[in-house]
Amino acid sequence: MIPAAFEYKRAASAEEALALLAEHGDEAKLLAGGHSLIPLMKYRLAAPSVLIDIGRLTDLSYVNDGGDHLAVGALTRHRDVEINDLVGAQAPLLAAATRHVGDPQVRHRGTLGGSLVHGDPASDLPSVMLAMGATMVVTGPNGPREIGADDFFTGFLETAVNEDELLTEIRVPKMPDAGYSFQKFNRRAQDWAIVGCAVVVNDGQAGVGLVNMDSRPVRAAAVEAAVASGASPSEAADAAAVDVDPPADLNATVEFRQHLARVLTRRGLEEATA
Amino acid sequence: MQVSIQVNGTDQSHDVEDRTLLVHFLREACGLTGTNIGCDSSSCGACTVHVNGEAVKSCTLLAAQIAGDDVTTIEGLADQARAAGTSTGDADWHPMQESFHQCHALQCGYCTPGMVMAAVSLLDEVPTPTEAEVREGLEGNLCRCTGYHNIVKAVLEASGGAQ
Repeated sequence: MIPAAFEYKRAASAEEALALLAEHGDEAKLLAGGHSLIPLMKYRLAAPSVLIDIGRLTDLSYVNDGGDHLAVGALTRHRDVEINDLVGAQAPLLAAATRHVGDPQVRHRGTLGGSLVHGDPASDLPSVMLAMGATMVVTGPNGPREIGADDFFTGFLETAVNEDELLTEIRVPKMPDAGYSFQKFNRRAQDWAIVGCAVVVNDGQAGVGLVNMDSRPVRAAAVEAAVASGASPSEAADAAAVDVDPPADLNATVEFRQHLARVLTRRGLEEATA
Repeated sequence: MQVSIQVNGTDQSHDVEDRTLLVHFLREACGLTGTNIGCDSSSCGACTVHVNGEAVKSCTLLAAQIAGDDVTTIEGLADQARAAGTSTGDADWHPMQESFHQCHALQCGYCTPGMVMAAVSLLDEVPTPTEAEVREGLEGNLCRCTGYHNIVKAVLEASGGAQ
């Protein structure tokens, strides 16, 4: 399978990438690691006429200590997140979930920012951003702005990043002492989650993000509220499928996904509070 | 567009379409057909090669993306080992190739180039893996003969951690 024809341009800086975006408008797509976009293009589900390669912008690949948060450059590859000592110590949920992304070859090329702006409800990392309450920093013609995880994922493969903007940094709150768990149910090791959940419990407050339980990555707000009011993991997990609208497909019916969400959330809460 | 990539230590510069995937660049422009196309959708790993020493799936990368980088394919692996003084066995292969040979870690052989390249990259990151780490580390490579046992054995042998 070969993508539809396009013009390839390699940006030498974030500024150049923004200028190219401004020039080509909605005909253009940014290419980071390419491990979400290139498959879509091969299946002809996306056919941009211009690809702006930002994969060489190494100044957007970093993990820095930002005080109360970790600042992760949007172009940091999954592999580099996975083995980063700061991430392991301050945001172990992110490290644990990243190890579930694709396979080693995918993690050598795919980037955290690329995965998030893809906005796929079936991908692992958006659930971590929701659970931990991360903040995304995007930059555009009018300078940078911050978007909270709850406002970031707006629809199926859609985010709050405008067409003339670029995600530059992900700010993940430090939670060195929080209990955490990442649960993923799939058929083969490298597959997308049929259902998954990211759980973090800090001072009796839970953050729970769900994978593949709606048309966009969603938070299990009812579970979080139940934990805050003192419910046990199994009581709280009963609310995992409340107010979400899971898809039905070849892998699972709606009812099976609701069941999986309750089971995985219970396991996640139990592990995070053990 | 003109794309130049160092492939197995040789500069390969070819005029290709912007949309050319690395695997097509290798097989068609460079004539290196040891890298196989299996699923063509980044699931099976038959197209695994090294870019700057790390395993990647060449069906999911544009040749243009890695212009200027170093690529190693299965054809270049033994030479790389010879240059590093680590080649072994009667055929003077890379230790992973020799181990696959000794353990008969293949049936039809289609997945083998990708398996070997993924396994070399795995040991580079985890030099003495457990059996579970080998199985997890090769999760991106499918063997449709389901001959995984000897493949895992070969990787463990090559790591010096024979079970």
